[in-house]
Amino acid sequence: MKNKSVIIIGAGVAGIEAANNIAENGYNVTLIEKENLLGGNLKNYAKLFPDFYEAGEVKNNLINKLNSENINVYNNNEITELFFENNKWQAVNSQNQKFLADAALLTTGFTVFDAKRKEELGYGIYDNVITSLEFENMYKTGKITTKQGNIPERIAFLNCVGSRDEKVGNHYCSRVCCINAVKQASEFKEIYPDSQAYCFYMDMRMAGQFYEELYRKSQEKHNVIYIRGRISEAAATLDNKIQIKSEDTLSGLPLKMTVDLLVLMVGIEASIGTNQLASQNEINGEYGFAKSKGLYGNDNITNKKGLFLAGTCKRPLTIPETIADAKAAANQIIKYLNQI
Amino acid sequence: MNYNNFIIPFCLGASLLLIIIIYKFAKWLSKLDKKQKYFVKRNFFSKKSIAAINEVFREALIHRNIYRKNPLLGYMHMSLAFGWFLLIVVGKIEASFYAGSFFEEPWLAIFFKFFAREQANFWVANFFSFTMDLLLLIVLSGLALAIIKRLKSKILGIKKATKHVIYDKIALTALWLIFPLRLLAESSTAALVQNGSFLTGGIGELFSLQFAQNVELPLYWAYSSVLFVFFVSLPFSRYMHIPSEVVLIFLRKWGAKAGEQYSGLSDFEINSCSRCGICIDACQLSFSANINNVQSVYFIRDTRYKKLNDNIANNCLMCGRCTEACPVGLELTLIRQQLRTKTEIAGKHYYDYCENKNNKNKTDIIYFAGCMTQLTPNIIIAMKNIFSAAKVKYWFMDEDKGICCGRPMRQQGFVQQSKDLISKNTKLISKSGAKLLICSCPICYKSFKEEYSLDIEIMHHSEYIKMLIDENKIKLNKSELNIVFHDPCELGRGLNIYKPPRQVLSKIGKIIDTEFSEKDSLCCGGSLANTVIELETQLEIRNKALEILTKSKPDILATACPLCKKSFTHAYKGKVMDIAEIVSKFLYLQNNSKKQEIKEKEIFSILK
Repeated sequence: MKNKSVIIIGAGVAGIEAANNIAENGYNVTLIEKENLLGGNLKNYAKLFPDFYEAGEVKNNLINKLNSENINVYNNNEITELFFENNKWQAVNSQNQKFLADAALLTTGFTVFDAKRKEELGYGIYDNVITSLEFENMYKTGKITTKQGNIPERIAFLNCVGSRDEKVGNHYCSRVCCINAVKQASEFKEIYPDSQAYCFYMDMRMAGQFYEELYRKSQEKHNVIYIRGRISEAAATLDNKIQIKSEDTLSGLPLKMTVDLLVLMVGIEASIGTNQLASQNEINGEYGFAKSKGLYGNDNITNKKGLFLAGTCKRPLTIPETIADAKAAANQIIKYLNQI
Repeated sequence: MNYNNFIIPFCLGASLLLIIIIYKFAKWLSKLDKKQKYFVKRNFFSKKSIAAINEVFREALIHRNIYRKNPLLGYMHMSLAFGWFLLIVVGKIEASFYAGSFFEEPWLAIFFKFFAREQANFWVANFFSFTMDLLLLIVLSGLALAIIKRLKSKILGIKKATKHVIYDKIALTALWLIFPLRLLAESSTAALVQNGSFLTGGIGELFSLQFAQNVELPLYWAYSSVLFVFFVSLPFSRYMHIPSEVVLIFLRKWGAKAGEQYSGLSDFEINSCSRCGICIDACQLSFSANINNVQSVYFIRDTRYKKLNDNIANNCLMCGRCTEACPVGLELTLIRQQLRTKTEIAGKHYYDYCENKNNKNKTDIIYFAGCMTQLTPNIIIAMKNIFSAAKVKYWFMDEDKGICCGRPMRQQGFVQQSKDLISKNTKLISKSGAKLLICSCPICYKSFKEEYSLDIEIMHHSEYIKMLIDENKIKLNKSELNIVFHDPCELGRGLNIYKPPRQVLSKIGKIIDTEFSEKDSLCCGGSLANTVIELETQLEIRNKALEILTKSKPDILATACPLCKKSFTHAYKGKVMDIAEIVSKFLYLQNNSKKQEIKEKEIFSILK
């Protein structure tokens, strides 16, 4: 009974957490990752909202548990096909190598919105327009500077880049960017208390535990200025600053401002792997995400027998939510393996 | 005198028709604007009138344009219009010949066979009789096609036929009955007195004498009555296009042009619409988004019957595809713009900022990027590159954000607001002393060309780049890239610029043809002119256009409009680039091998 197996595609937070839980119960797990390093999108972050917990620690704790002899990890393996045949779930990588198992778990996660698609914001055109991921990277190295190496005296964060945006075809909210902007603005101000930070938003959605507190603190302690309005255009000035045009929708007035650094809070989109493998198995939902059977108690199973889902391949989720979801998926998979 | 009571309906109908048409025409002619009236007066007695007669003959009778677009449909129109016309002309000659006077009773020609019972059977009479039968046969064949078209429009190559109003149905029914009744009436006479030729005579032989005697008078009554019904319903139905188009052709030949304001000329245009429905098939709202009640034919019809609502007036991309397709050449997009004019809404003026715009620059060349290009900064950077490679000095008029050209406001009907913007920009431009204005956005370009009265040359950047290449000011690297060029509506159909962008792109790669290009090109769906459809519908239009454009999987989908670029970028996985961006990437930089190397790497990155 115990030699039953499961393939997990994607070794990010959800994939690793689920692998550990399933292996602890004595089943064989094949964990497949397309990149060299494990950890998925978690690798891109320095500290996590809302408590500034070290992202590296979360990642290491997850990876350290992978020692179980029931888990085989294959990194640098991009799965291009996933299907059920001869009573087995079969995953095929780009070298045509096959992995077989009794069940499959999709933890292919998300990718961030390509900010170049919003050409008017100047990403990829002007040096000092960066994405929230690049900001994290700078924070990791401890050097938040302009491309020219100067300390930014004014920085602006723009929310909803690629989220809640009909024009780019993403109507949904990515859920994590608001609080991430609050976190990054606070981090910035911790390093440069004399600089000014602005945050442009449509709504500040502080719906998680301690989010509101962090938001309040960012205003009271760090004097981050929140402006309700989207940025319509950004352009570089002769001295490489970024001039932004917006509307302060609370005062109803147009607004023009020059900042040293503009950070685009890029939203969450389904990853290519999510999109591809979900469509192959006809479980593709809205916006390229994978679709579970139902939200209430069926959120980890799909219309395909033996195919399970966990994490951000379904929708934008925070890291604690992803971990919880992975545990739930593991539970479902164990039940399933017991039955067959 | 040749008289019978049955001529009364015909005479009454014809008189009423004449009175109504004269009344309507007089009203519309008086509504012509000053300029139009001036041209009418100036060219009334000139060669232009002869040219107009020629065109009336070709378009209103022969229907050459429809024939070119669809031969079967062309024959149908020609046989009905020209056939009937000849029936009248030949009939008149026949009647005059018979009466021995040109001033015979006006109805004699119409009911000739009935009155000319004792006509001697010599060769002239036979000739006329034969000709009239032949013409009647031609008309009847057109009628048969018309009936088939009604029942099964696809046979005549029309996907969607127009839905008609009640006047049309009455007139249509009468029209359909006229010729069969005439045929039967004349055949019954022919049966009695043998004055028919192959057709009427042939059918007459099938009638018994008794039968012919019984039906002859009732048939003439019926024939005369349907003529009455047709004549009286004509001015209120789509058949008003027959007389209206004739006057329209004259007005156009005399040089009357439609302007921004609705005028008497617009009345003639609206009434010249035959509601053929060719514009429905041309409309992307129809074939991409399944919206089938807003097309020009319905818009014009509702305007004519004073039932136009904003929903129909504003639900249009103003792409001009219907104008291009219209066999009568009606300026459909312009009429829609005229009717969008919102004179009753003063509107707020938000343009205080214009006051602060000043110009201290003296320059020969102005570059005007436009609001939309400001949202696609890669195009601006590319233009700056090109200017610097060509060593051209210029003033970037809206570098620090300029004043809108005014066209989006105009398209929504806010004429006064648009005029305010135009006058501000005009001042800035004329102060600079520039001789050339270069635009990156076709919308601004059309506006500068048509709505401004600037005394300088205006070019779109695709034309300007073409000129720089011709003058050897810039050189380009050739590559193996396959490029599809998408014609923006305002640049192509709007201003007839098809060749320059293609000539430029052919210096860089190979241009791949698409199913819809040049005059037939599709709208990207990003049009600013439609304020009714939702984004979802716009996206459907875009996706369909994109699917057609990228069928050949080109390396680059090129366009020359920031709005088209933006529309396509959001949906297309491949490269979408403005012509300026492509040129900038492929500039051959002389005397600098290092830079050239970097260039080649960049080009390689596009290929990837």
